[in-house]
Amino acid sequence: MKQKRSVLLKIYAALIFIFLYAPILVLVVFSFNSSNSTAQMSGLSLKWYSELAHDSATLQAFKNTMILAVLSAVISGVLGTVSAVGIDNMKHKWLKNATRGITNIPMMNPDIVTGISMMLLFVFAGRMLGKTGVLGFSTMLIAHITFCLPYVILSVLPKLRQIDPNLSEAAQDLGCTPLQSFFKVVLPAILPGVITGIMMAFTLSLDDFVISYFVSGPAAQTLPIRIFSMTKKRVTPDMYALSTIMFFAILVLMLLINYAQVRGEKKTAAKKA
Amino acid sequence: MKKIFAFLSAFMLFAFMPASVLAASAAETSVDPESLRGTTLYVYNWGEYISDGSEGSLDVNKEFENRYGIKVEYTNYASNEDMYAKLLGGGANYDVIIPSDYMIERLIKEDLLEKLDFSNIPNYSYIPEEYKDLFFDPANEYSIPYTFGMVGLIYNTAMVDEEIDSWDVMWDEKYSGQILNFNNPRDAFGIAQYYLDIDINTENVEDWQRAAEKLKEQKPLIQSYVMDEIFNKMENGEAAIAPYYAGDFLTMADNNEDLAFVYPKEGTNVFVDSMCIPKGAQNKAAAELYINFMLETDIATANANFICYGCPHTGVQASDDYDLKGEEVLYPASVDFKTEYFHNLSPETLSLMTNLWDELKIDGANNTAVYIALVAVVVVVIVIAVVSIIRKKRRENDN
Amino acid sequence: MKKGTSLGARLLAAPHLVWSAIFVVVPLLVVAFYAFTDSSGAFTFNNIKEINNYAGTFALSIWLGLIATAICLVLAYPLAYFISQSKFNVQQTMITLVMLPMWMNFLLRTYSWMTILENNGLINTFLTWIGLQPLHMINTRGAVVLGMVYDFIPYMILPIYSVMVKLDHSLVEACQDLGGNRIDVFRRVLLPNSVPGVVSGITMVFVPSVSTFYISQKLGGTSTALIGDVIESKFMTSNNYHGGAALSLVLMVLILICMAVMNRFSGEDDLENGRLTV
Repeated sequence: MKQKRSVLLKIYAALIFIFLYAPILVLVVFSFNSSNSTAQMSGLSLKWYSELAHDSATLQAFKNTMILAVLSAVISGVLGTVSAVGIDNMKHKWLKNATRGITNIPMMNPDIVTGISMMLLFVFAGRMLGKTGVLGFSTMLIAHITFCLPYVILSVLPKLRQIDPNLSEAAQDLGCTPLQSFFKVVLPAILPGVITGIMMAFTLSLDDFVISYFVSGPAAQTLPIRIFSMTKKRVTPDMYALSTIMFFAILVLMLLINYAQVRGEKKTAAKKA
Repeated sequence: MKKIFAFLSAFMLFAFMPASVLAASAAETSVDPESLRGTTLYVYNWGEYISDGSEGSLDVNKEFENRYGIKVEYTNYASNEDMYAKLLGGGANYDVIIPSDYMIERLIKEDLLEKLDFSNIPNYSYIPEEYKDLFFDPANEYSIPYTFGMVGLIYNTAMVDEEIDSWDVMWDEKYSGQILNFNNPRDAFGIAQYYLDIDINTENVEDWQRAAEKLKEQKPLIQSYVMDEIFNKMENGEAAIAPYYAGDFLTMADNNEDLAFVYPKEGTNVFVDSMCIPKGAQNKAAAELYINFMLETDIATANANFICYGCPHTGVQASDDYDLKGEEVLYPASVDFKTEYFHNLSPETLSLMTNLWDELKIDGANNTAVYIALVAVVVVVIVIAVVSIIRKKRRENDN
Repeated sequence: MKKGTSLGARLLAAPHLVWSAIFVVVPLLVVAFYAFTDSSGAFTFNNIKEINNYAGTFALSIWLGLIATAICLVLAYPLAYFISQSKFNVQQTMITLVMLPMWMNFLLRTYSWMTILENNGLINTFLTWIGLQPLHMINTRGAVVLGMVYDFIPYMILPIYSVMVKLDHSLVEACQDLGGNRIDVFRRVLLPNSVPGVVSGITMVFVPSVSTFYISQKLGGTSTALIGDVIESKFMTSNNYHGGAALSLVLMVLILICMAVMNRFSGEDDLENGRLTV
């Protein structure tokens, strides 16, 4: 009985993963197209991979995107976790609700509204400081942190509600400082939430176009901006090649980590035995 | 269009000139490039609108960097409007931009462009007379043409049996569900306006409403409003008829031999994209050096081959390296239909156009079912709320 | 309720509040300013009044957002449960696998869906190949919902998973020992304990899908213009910041109302009172 159920669940999971990966498969296949079409296969070739190697603008954009995504994920991860703890500790209900409302706003605005209003804010702040050309990497980073924060907070909050408040008290009774009790008791308990929050922040930052477009400066353009700007003419298949490489690189990395973990566990198990 | 015809005869003339004459006309710029070494130049251009080294082409920006030691920061936009919003914000200072005709008119009117110093751009002499004194820059102070082109109808001969020569076909019920139209109000309205023989730059409210009615009439036949999706949809036979820019047809035809192209007899829109320097440019001398560089025959030829749009440059037209010389789609031998540029519309008309466009987009969507469904959801929510309150009360009473 | 929390712990949210005040509230005020002024800067209600024209579009956006959220929830819940029941390192791998497709560019993913769904697309080629009638999928509202579900489902899976993973398994066993069947386990243990994750998930799917704009243009054909599309066109085509700002302000209010209703239902109050231990 139980066996049957878990098989059903496995099939179900497999179906969902097929749904998630069907478009990715299409994308991978077209990266090997010999013509510049992204809808019709005319033959297999590695042409777009060698094109990619020469496409310095795209590679530079890719580098910018990665740096931006890592920075915004880490910063919004830390800031978000800390503030989630703060929100959870708030005593006044109205304050708590107001804070949560404010937290949700960046998600509610259509991207274009967020993008343009932030651009206006940055330009205005720049004028106050007597500077022109304020837009650049740092404004992009600020904007990304801003729209990533709600996702981190929303991932961490449910985990915080799960922990027994007595735990951290107990730790403090046993002589831990509040900080120690946070790192020893609270953080391990909410870690899955923090990790998923950081993952979401990374994903959002990696893929954002509209907001980045408006708050970016005349240098350091990101990959989504480069790809979207091709939409008057054709999106070149070397973008598909880049995605494919990225995809398999991460996949291999993940499998390696998984393999190392399994081996590590076996070793410790063997030692214990 | 007579202009293009005149231009063609002009470049035929050039073709027979001795090469030495051409070389002599490429005078040196008066900017001292050495003084600019180590500076940075911010170029803002359409996506895929410069020869970038792909498929064996020349990497123009790298060539410029190598020759002058000036770093080129190159970023892209997808439409004139995107670029305008960014420029208007004023948060980013670009040195070179390449907008289209009507946008240049607007930028000049709003004082967002710098005057060019033509003594620094001697290669301007390559620009044929037909592309000087254009309406948006009548005194030739702000802009230098980079590309030109026209909108035409692309159709799939495997799906369309008849000869097409009119916008009429975009209203033909026979092709219902196989027609694409621009997802950009100016171009979409332009087609309806040519079809109705209305001035595309009209400021008359009724004219716009008539064009909007025509588009509404067309909407049930339209598969989708598209931009770049047109490439894939036309190439794999998903749609039969679509209007797009002539140069882009050439790259589509590479992937599908059944595709054909025609300029409708009612007339069509013609555009010029020109290089300009926006206000706030921090490195104007380098910008002029760059523009002059872009006008060098080799560089312009590389760009023209890459972009596949019409190239207003006598040197390119005479060059043996130019692959698209005399290409009928780009340079039709005779233009016996009306061609016009888009002009900058007044803010009122622009806003009227957008409202009509939004109306068109949301028109005919059957939302009755949606309203009913939403009301149903609200009712269910209220019922659940009431039930849960009652249950809670009861529980409390039990306690 | 938590007597041990010091003032410092409560001040932890301060940096976030300051950050939000500068980068969220101030831009919001800018939006509000534009919504209530005309191009000469004078105060006006006209922008808000014009919204009448778009009532149907608002309704459609919210409706499609609701459907997409419901589908995401139904699809994500069992998967999140499945992942949370796996071995630890398998969990990590699967969570990354859930997120990985979203690391490919949004535009390219949408193009891939077009290739799959089109009349000459992969599914229809397959259907005709095995002798079935081709289906009309692209350029329908269904395609738009599919696009939304695809793009937002990870934001439903992840929060539910992260709550379930720390769920005390002894609770499930206790329920089973007390003679509860599978439905009881789900209704009395699993569901109430995963509510916070579900609430986060719904927020993260519903809110962005209501204001999304690109998916409908690419997958929805001619009759699914959503409110995000209209706002974008107001801002970009006519540079009508006033009209666009008014629309987005109303959209925000509508979303806030939806979220408030949902929060009432999620039984926030019950949670505060330690329902988890019941």
